[in-house]
Amino acid sequence: MSGAIDTAPVHAAPGDSSHARPAWALSAPALMLFAGVLVIPLVMTVMLSFHDWGQYKGIEPVFILKNWHEIATDPYYAEMFWRTFRIALLTTLIAALFGAPEAYILNRMSGRWKSLFLLLILGPLLISVVARTLGWALLFGGNNGLMNKLLMSLGLIGSPLRFMFTETGMVVALVHVMMPFMVMSVWAALQRVDPQIENAALSLGASPLTIIRRIVLPQIMPGVLSGAIIVFSLSASAFATPAIIGGRRLKVAATLAYDEFLNTLDWPLGAAVAVLLLVALVLIVVGSNALIERRYAEVFR
Amino acid sequence: MPFLELDRLGKQFGAQTVVDEFSLAVAKGEFISFLGPSGCGKTTTLQMIAGFLDPSCGAIRLEGRELTAVQPAKRGLGIVFQSYALFPHMTAAENVSFGLEMRRVPRAERVERVRSALTMVGLAGYEDRYPKRMSGGQQQRVALARALVIRPSVLLLDEPLSNLDAKLREEMQIELRQIQRNLGTTTVLVTHDQNEAMSLSDRIVVMSQGRIEQIGTPQETYERPASAFVARFLGRTNDFAAAIDRTVAPPRLVAGSWSAPAPAGIAGPVTITVRPERIGFADAGLAARIVTRIFQGDHWLFQCVSECGTVIVIRQNDGQPQPVEGDAVHLAWRVEDMSLRGAGAAA
Repeated sequence: MSGAIDTAPVHAAPGDSSHARPAWALSAPALMLFAGVLVIPLVMTVMLSFHDWGQYKGIEPVFILKNWHEIATDPYYAEMFWRTFRIALLTTLIAALFGAPEAYILNRMSGRWKSLFLLLILGPLLISVVARTLGWALLFGGNNGLMNKLLMSLGLIGSPLRFMFTETGMVVALVHVMMPFMVMSVWAALQRVDPQIENAALSLGASPLTIIRRIVLPQIMPGVLSGAIIVFSLSASAFATPAIIGGRRLKVAATLAYDEFLNTLDWPLGAAVAVLLLVALVLIVVGSNALIERRYAEVFR
Repeated sequence: MPFLELDRLGKQFGAQTVVDEFSLAVAKGEFISFLGPSGCGKTTTLQMIAGFLDPSCGAIRLEGRELTAVQPAKRGLGIVFQSYALFPHMTAAENVSFGLEMRRVPRAERVERVRSALTMVGLAGYEDRYPKRMSGGQQQRVALARALVIRPSVLLLDEPLSNLDAKLREEMQIELRQIQRNLGTTTVLVTHDQNEAMSLSDRIVVMSQGRIEQIGTPQETYERPASAFVARFLGRTNDFAAAIDRTVAPPRLVAGSWSAPAPAGIAGPVTITVRPERIGFADAGLAARIVTRIFQGDHWLFQCVSECGTVIVIRQNDGQPQPVEGDAVHLAWRVEDMSLRGAGAAA
């Protein structure tokens, strides 16, 4: 702690670095908080993933690759990770497919309706994810689900729709949870679009479809893509929704890590799963972000 | 038959009338300005011509053909917006080319027309620039090229120069006028800047609160304003309360210590309106004292307090010595340089 203060302007180095010193000193408290709550636990988790564990001996602080070897060779983990990213990707695609038009329509509404529908879209964020997901379970949960009962009594379906413990169910519930993030992200991009630009295209003879495809979409694409990054990373690491809808049968990375930590008590294996999920997500997010920035340099400026 | 005709055009938003009984006939190749303060309905009128707004009543005809039934995309008008509304994800050439693509112009011809349009606005060599890498003036030129490349029957300009600084605006005015003259495109300009309207247009439509106050050439509207509003909006004016003195024969028009033979047909109190540049310092006339004297390069601006209130006088800087602050002067003007209105009209 005192180190940061000691190196401050008192004996400032000559040249350019003298300007950098106060900046570092001023950001030191925030940096220390960052290190304390994020970097240190993260490093410890990474170290944990190299430790040994046994049913009767517990965690042994040694350096072995047993957990990583198990993840790399056992197809169970490959399948689980594949499922995690498949669900996240599907959720992202559906959220973009519905969220972008939703934001566009919202942006074209007049004042009073706009604020009402914006509230309707953002409102669910105020409710716990658990409550929202349980709502889906109440609607479609087996034979007693409200919707299933209704549809069956109407004779529209013969047997209850399979929703619980299916990937479809998880994707539907996740899309519901993630939609506000996509809408907000596209909405923010739409705010930067010149309101006269559609009229300009119209006056040049463009049809409504052409305007959306060639004028509006390229301009909001950065918003759609950054929304996609948010939705993808949140979906891939989501816990509550997969835990409730997927249960113990359809595990994803987050629920698997949780189970290893709290049910099996195999902390090192759980840590390895968590670290792998983190690394994969960081690579995907950073990679696609770089791609977006290069592709849309002119729109971002 | 007029080229573009607006026939008793009106627009209501709810109970509010924004444009009322707007009738205008524009000849082919004419440059018309809609001039008025913000909220006078000039932009609404332009948007109705463009088709972005539907008129509540009245008709718009282009070469005798009813325009209100035509989709905005099919009207074939060129529009330059106040914000330019360039497509930020397209280069200058792609922006200009867009309207031609929509018209299915063959590629070779398109390239040629884009090139000549950009050359016309002085942007040859900027084809591959993106709008954000261009200055305001350059963006403005791209917007103009984009509107003109489709060879529109009418060019609509919605305050196109208001985002430019004063010097650039003046340059663009001259250039805009030259381009319009060369192409002979019928043009409607919306502006709140009377200098812009006067220097560009063949005729000015002065608007106030949704109504036409006067239609005339720049000179007509300036020299013979049809109403007190027009007189005040187009440059500065001085208003004096005056009365007819019938105790002498022939009767005289009197404002303070200034007087002139009373014109026929005027009884009771009137308001005299005189432009500041038409008032001179003389040996006799309205007694006044100079409060402020401002040097503005090519002219002097005097603010005087007279028997009839504050008077603004503008004198050319012709090298002659001018009175200084605090001097007592007499103000005089020629009878033909003033306009008279019954009292109350200008109150």
